Amino acid sequence: MRTEQIDALVIGGGAAGMSAAVTISAAGFSAALVEREDELGGVLLQCIHNGFGLHEFKEELTGPEYAERWIHNVEESEVMVFCGTTVMEMNLLEDGRKECFGYSPQHGVVKFVTRTVVLTMGCRERNRGNVMIPGTRPAGVYTAGLAQRLVNMNGYIPGKEVVIVGSGDIGLIMARRMQWVGSKVHGVVEIQPYPSGLTRNISQCLNDFKIPLYLSHVVSKIYGKERVEAVDITPLKNGVPDHEQTFQIKCDTLLLSVGLIPENELSKQVGIELNPLTNGPTVDSMLMTSIEGVFSAGNVLHVHDLVDFVSAEARLAGEKVIDYLKGIKPKRELPIKPGANIRYINPTRINPDVDSEIYMRPLVVSNNARLKIMVNGEVVKQKKKPHVQPSEMIKLKISPKFFQDVELTPDSRVEVTLQDEP
Amino acid sequence: MSPDKNTKEMICIVCPIGCHLQVSTDGEEVKVTGNRCSRGEEYAREEMLSPKRVVTATCRLEDPQHPRLPVKTDAALPFEQIEALLAEVYSLSVKPPVKVGQVLIEDFAETGVNLVSSRTIQTQ
Repeated sequence: MRTEQIDALVIGGGAAGMSAAVTISAAGFSAALVEREDELGGVLLQCIHNGFGLHEFKEELTGPEYAERWIHNVEESEVMVFCGTTVMEMNLLEDGRKECFGYSPQHGVVKFVTRTVVLTMGCRERNRGNVMIPGTRPAGVYTAGLAQRLVNMNGYIPGKEVVIVGSGDIGLIMARRMQWVGSKVHGVVEIQPYPSGLTRNISQCLNDFKIPLYLSHVVSKIYGKERVEAVDITPLKNGVPDHEQTFQIKCDTLLLSVGLIPENELSKQVGIELNPLTNGPTVDSMLMTSIEGVFSAGNVLHVHDLVDFVSAEARLAGEKVIDYLKGIKPKRELPIKPGANIRYINPTRINPDVDSEIYMRPLVVSNNARLKIMVNGEVVKQKKKPHVQPSEMIKLKISPKFFQDVELTPDSRVEVTLQDEP
Repeated sequence: MSPDKNTKEMICIVCPIGCHLQVSTDGEEVKVTGNRCSRGEEYAREEMLSPKRVVTATCRLEDPQHPRLPVKTDAALPFEQIEALLAEVYSLSVKPPVKVGQVLIEDFAETGVNLVSSRTIQTQ
């Protein structure tokens, strides 16, 4: 069996993994990057639409172009790459190192003995079972990302008459894609009273094609024996289905874009504590999980809406891995908690002595909001937000300056709230 | 407000931020507010006068590992030309090697817009 003794094992070769591995390797530490598919790039390779890279490269790229830039960075680096390799097992060794086993047709079983691990496994799609749509079980029900892969990489068109459940970005992008391959999209059905995808995608993927968006509606039944034949759509009235208003749309395909779940099977297997608000690992200011030496970044940590933020977060994780390998640890950390109108904040602890970047998701739609950062209940910094909505993550820089006028004790708590100011 | 004054709200699609723009036209003059950058102003002006879109699609690729090649227009194409471009894209078949940025259709329908590959595929 091949054995690799390394400083860092990065699990998952998508946007996050490539960024973390390149960062660690550039500092002179040995890093291996393991990817389950036969090539690096992850989901970017099937996201052929543009809109990637505005923060990272200051230009607008398609998913494959964004991936290619990073694949190039990996190839230029000293990172050892193992494609077609799945990490199935992680063990904690007595000396603090981790032992991971990767399985691959090409390399056989590879044992990695590593000082640190970076979890960058990404996320997977929620499916029909997760949202419990009643009705028959015919062919023609796909998750939107699977349909995207079929169309853009394999060259199959999953259906001609399409209804989309959920207004997540993949669903919206697929609405346009299906129109552009000659299928007809009859509507997008969203349970929430607001769209869950980026506003620009409502505009360019639905409005351009006059595709109706049914907000506060659900698909209440699927018809068809062999193949989907129709779906029932029911509006919600005060959050309850109003069955008298149910209407039917004939279709042969139902695409589900009903959310993403961080893929943490490996994290659970090794006993890493997960945050119920994000379904990703709970991490401290170093993006380190509850197991020392195991870090996490990207969609496996919390689902992002911009890949640029994934690359940036993973770069930060890489920098923290470097600190950890050099024995640099924060002098102190404060817990940071979501307050009013904030669903979650990641990470859950911050180091008040250095600049840090936190990501959070709002619970409300507002065109005039104010973010308040509070320590021990006292506002230390305020920021105006001209537009917030739950589908758009808020990135916030926290500076040591915020804390200069407050007394920090081991019991101090940081809280961030969002206030709608009509 | 004069009768030829016209105000429209739109969402900027230039980047994923999705600024909420207020666009008002007063005769020839287009006024834009709510944009975070100059590209938003340009988008709003164009959207009022002649809407354009960048098109991304896939064409056939003669490679068993990668049956489809992602492609894009290197600039925004007038709305009414999109269908014709897609028809041409879907009749295209590319032999590897192909490089990212390589022009596959030059100056489509004299619009000055090229169709380019958005991925590099080496020969096996």
